[in-house]
Amino acid sequence: MSGTQSIIGRSVPRLEDEVLLKGEGRFAADISFPNQLHMRVVRASNAHARIVSIDTAAARAATGVVAVWTSNDIQDVPSIDFRDPAAEALGPYRQPVLAHKIIRYVDEPVAVVFAEDPYLAEDAADLVEIDIEELPPQLHASDAPGEFASGIGTEPIVLNSAYGDGEAAFGSAHAIIELDLTIGRHSGVPLETRGALGVYDPQKDLIELFGAAKVPHRNRDTLMRMLKREVHLHEGHVGGGFGVRGEIYPEDVLVCVAALRLGRPVKWIEDRYEHLMAANQSRGQRHLAKIAVDAEGRVLALRDEFFHDQGAYVRTHGARVPELTMGMLPGPYRIPSFQAQAHFRLTNKTPCATYRAPGRFEGSFVRERLMDAVAEKLGIDRIEIRRRNLVSKDEMPYARPLSTLGTEVVLDSGDYELLLDKALARFGWDEAAKATEKRRANDEKVGIGLGIFVEKTGLGPTDSAHVSVDSSGAIEIVTGGASLGQGFETVMAQICAEALGVDYENISVIHGQTDRIASGIGAHASRATVMTGNAVHVAALNLRTKLLEAAAVLMQSKPDALDIVDGQIISKENGSGPSLSIAAAAGDDGFSAEGAFHVDHMAYPYGIHMAQIRVDQGTGAVKVERYLVAYDVGRAVNPKLVEGQIVGGFAQGLGGALFEEFLYDEQGQPLSVTFADYLIPTLSEVPEIDVLVTEDAPSPLNPLGIKGAGEAGTNAVAAAIASAIDDAIGKPGAVTQIPVTPQRLMVLMQD
Amino acid sequence: MDSFDIILNINGSDHAVSVEPRRTLADVIREDCGLTGTHTGCEHGVCGACTVIIDGEPMRSCLMLGVQAAGKSIRTVEGLADGDALHPLQEAFKDEHALQCGFCTPGFLMLAIAALERDPNISDEALNELLSSNLCRCTGYANIISAVRKFRDAGK
Amino acid sequence: MKPASFRYYAPQNVDEAVALLGEHAGEDGHILAGGQSLVPMMALRLARPGALIDINQIASFAEIICESGWLAIGPCVRHAAFHKSVVDNPLGTLLSDVAKHIAHYPIRTRGTFCGSLAHADPSSEWCLVAAALGAEIHARNISATRIINAVDFFSGAMVTTLKPDEMIVSVHLPLLPADSVFGFAEFSRRAGDFAMAAALTVYRLEDGRIADARLAVGGAEEDPRRIAQAEAILNGALPGTEIFREASKAAAAAIDPITDVQTNSHFRRKLVHTICERALARTVSRDG
Repeated sequence: MSGTQSIIGRSVPRLEDEVLLKGEGRFAADISFPNQLHMRVVRASNAHARIVSIDTAAARAATGVVAVWTSNDIQDVPSIDFRDPAAEALGPYRQPVLAHKIIRYVDEPVAVVFAEDPYLAEDAADLVEIDIEELPPQLHASDAPGEFASGIGTEPIVLNSAYGDGEAAFGSAHAIIELDLTIGRHSGVPLETRGALGVYDPQKDLIELFGAAKVPHRNRDTLMRMLKREVHLHEGHVGGGFGVRGEIYPEDVLVCVAALRLGRPVKWIEDRYEHLMAANQSRGQRHLAKIAVDAEGRVLALRDEFFHDQGAYVRTHGARVPELTMGMLPGPYRIPSFQAQAHFRLTNKTPCATYRAPGRFEGSFVRERLMDAVAEKLGIDRIEIRRRNLVSKDEMPYARPLSTLGTEVVLDSGDYELLLDKALARFGWDEAAKATEKRRANDEKVGIGLGIFVEKTGLGPTDSAHVSVDSSGAIEIVTGGASLGQGFETVMAQICAEALGVDYENISVIHGQTDRIASGIGAHASRATVMTGNAVHVAALNLRTKLLEAAAVLMQSKPDALDIVDGQIISKENGSGPSLSIAAAAGDDGFSAEGAFHVDHMAYPYGIHMAQIRVDQGTGAVKVERYLVAYDVGRAVNPKLVEGQIVGGFAQGLGGALFEEFLYDEQGQPLSVTFADYLIPTLSEVPEIDVLVTEDAPSPLNPLGIKGAGEAGTNAVAAAIASAIDDAIGKPGAVTQIPVTPQRLMVLMQD
Repeated sequence: MDSFDIILNINGSDHAVSVEPRRTLADVIREDCGLTGTHTGCEHGVCGACTVIIDGEPMRSCLMLGVQAAGKSIRTVEGLADGDALHPLQEAFKDEHALQCGFCTPGFLMLAIAALERDPNISDEALNELLSSNLCRCTGYANIISAVRKFRDAGK
Repeated sequence: MKPASFRYYAPQNVDEAVALLGEHAGEDGHILAGGQSLVPMMALRLARPGALIDINQIASFAEIICESGWLAIGPCVRHAAFHKSVVDNPLGTLLSDVAKHIAHYPIRTRGTFCGSLAHADPSSEWCLVAAALGAEIHARNISATRIINAVDFFSGAMVTTLKPDEMIVSVHLPLLPADSVFGFAEFSRRAGDFAMAAALTVYRLEDGRIADARLAVGGAEEDPRRIAQAEAILNGALPGTEIFREASKAAAAAIDPITDVQTNSHFRRKLVHTICERALARTVSRDG
């Protein structure tokens, strides 16, 4: 329709890169305002305690200190609300901005210092004395619940989801397998720590928050409710999000309130030690999973009772993570009967929320361990057992009697078997099986494994975008999206360029500025390309219509006889005849157009991970020799960006499978508090992986056919690695806990 | 405590600053000299985002005090491009999609530049070992390796 | 994570440095050399020295001198100085082999050999070398210089027998017999991480049998040390897989392991066994 060569589907260089490469990025710590104050949070040293008194006198008297607050100073500031409507039962568990009377986790904000410089602020924070009475900490989600507050227990809610006749299924099963599986607590840990800058304009009675990310419009709404005045959020450059950055935390509220009350801009930059104890953690779940199969290994029923470690408070996500865990647990398989129960439990640890593939990294581990166990029990090949249970492409769209994120789970499109066959061929599965068997005969502990998954992307219901062209022909897209480093601007520009017929490099993309567009969905849940991308597509088409209408008059033609190619409006019949630049067509006033996109259901891309690993028998260390991620993305706007998401996601999944864990001692003291303890994989630990992206199942839910890709690389890593480790050590079912640390693996290899 | 008046030579220009000895070089470069391209990811010397080049060697600026860098030749990411013309290594990063959020990128650039200026024929193995010094949370490293190799091979 | 305040001095010669240290010993005055271990601790405010005496401007401190059968390493000699062999003796090759295992390149350009010893981290590779080879630590304060043998130097994790007003002015390592062979191995979770077990072995052959065996273990106990039980098995034996396994088993049994949440004593012993075997294997083949 426009352009001689389609730009959607091309791995063009990113628009974002030059500024970042030159070190001209504006991350939160790079932004400063004249006369700004620096905020330092005073944090709890105990996991569970009653606050007897807080002595801030010495801190207030310290050099350069302007104010020191405790919860008494912000009594009118409410607890932090949920981002989406949540069950009423969760209300009492919201986090107060500063601890009030009770401390519930180490590093909980208890007081806050405002000073002329961050060094002085930290000095003063050290002088705040918190007198406490220790209380016994609740540390394990699978222990019986304790007391959160008077009359309120630490199990706010139990979620249930079920369909089908489980009783009958388990009653008539040929085989039943039960597994007790644990996923260790870990999280996104982006390389940039959190940061927030609050600025108050008294003339407009407006608070501006810089350092926003992920969901600026939703957060604006929440902050406006909490602070009862107009708030604008501004997203600069963001050093990674992974779900963790961008939710409303106490510090975001504090800089806003402080800017308002102290009459000066207030800047807060988190340090790494704080981050590893204060930013959202994730993944900690223990599953008691049960599967019933017939003699051919076809699943009759799946049951899962699990304990979700939520940490000390319920933050902005409510109970979303266990809800997602349940809704996506069936993955790509036919599950005639299903029952899941999530014990949502609080512990005296850092509060938890979403982290890349939330609920799915966990669920894939559980589901694929079950499939491997069935294979072993019935003596059926691990591939074959899965093949027998995969939903087939003829059954699409496939509705599961489940819902998640407020929508029913309807798998929109997919040919899982086709992808499986492609993956097997690409990985050389059969050859690898033979080769590793030979090596095992020579006493090497080497093996292969896999995991199949379905992702959920493109969460609606609606998004909109605004596209304009000015008299110079420059195009600007205004979205309510967000960029966390994933290439959002480039993808939007490519989609717009294709619809409009211009060079993508002439397009600038606005995101994360709540004062530029009324509403937005930000970027999370792998929804930006699907939702904002399609809104941009519609807006661009609308703009194209306006341009062609104007051009038709100037060129004495009809709009449908014209086309736009490389920014020039030409006649379709006579391409080399008279042409008009879009600048000329736009005229002095330019044009703008809106576009909206609505969808009722999510889009479900799917994939397969295959791993070949080797265990060092002398140390228990695991080396990944080969790894494949095969993924059907529906349609790739920029294949290299999709690959980048998959490879980066894999590195994080690998971290969760082998290296990363937030550990606590028996007093609830965090042990993983520096980068020497919390082990993010380096280049040496992350092998180069093979990525196979296919476009065999475009989504029928949007005109571009796209599905998201942000979480594909992470989803099944624990599943595939566990499967491969079992194979390597010759002990099917051995791995029941991740991360598989060398010490744990040595124990599994014994006896 | 008292401040020290020092001159930091960064990318060939002198910056006269007055700093307390406890201020790290990273903070002095960023706040006192206004060059915010050097990032701090951990402030305890593990992530390498703060890597700069000092007298030809890559060093973690969060592990040096600002006062210790007086009289040395410091290079930061801002000194790589020539106006609008990117340094060939920066071009290679762009071609290979070697960055996503860009936060670790200046550290990797300075690390690689220092190493390749010292040994333009660095082997793949040595390069992998070197690049394992810094953390990246977004890319999974593969494209960073490609970019640095591309730059190395173009120089041969 | 900003350090607490301190007084800062940059002496120009050793006498000044020693005098300043004496003056400020009472307020936890500290020598600042490479800073790669000290500055992070200060950032976390685990260390809050009242004064820092920066010795980087003392030119003679960066020297490595070979004299009378010893290698004398000055207090500002960087890890990176050892990347290439500094002396035509097996010691040079040994130091260069070990150096490459220390942290990462950008740390090695700044961190110092002597600083590692003063810091006394149980996982420190140089501390292991010092213990294995019987290093002599030359310590000086305003009154005197004394020589502390490695065996008397380490006294617990992160603790040495240096007095608060003493600084290391040089560490002497003995040159090795020209026919010495050595092997080093360590295990860590990721590239460049602290070693969870490390081993260094040096020996010669007399009539084909192991003599003058040294086998030291680091990262496994509070201090690195030579394991006599293992050396006794090696001395007089023909080098080979079996004897290496036996010696390693003895080393693993002999240690009093440090434990933490990632490493219990059983696992620590297992690692020591593996790493000793690998270090010993490398005495016969660099690919071991």
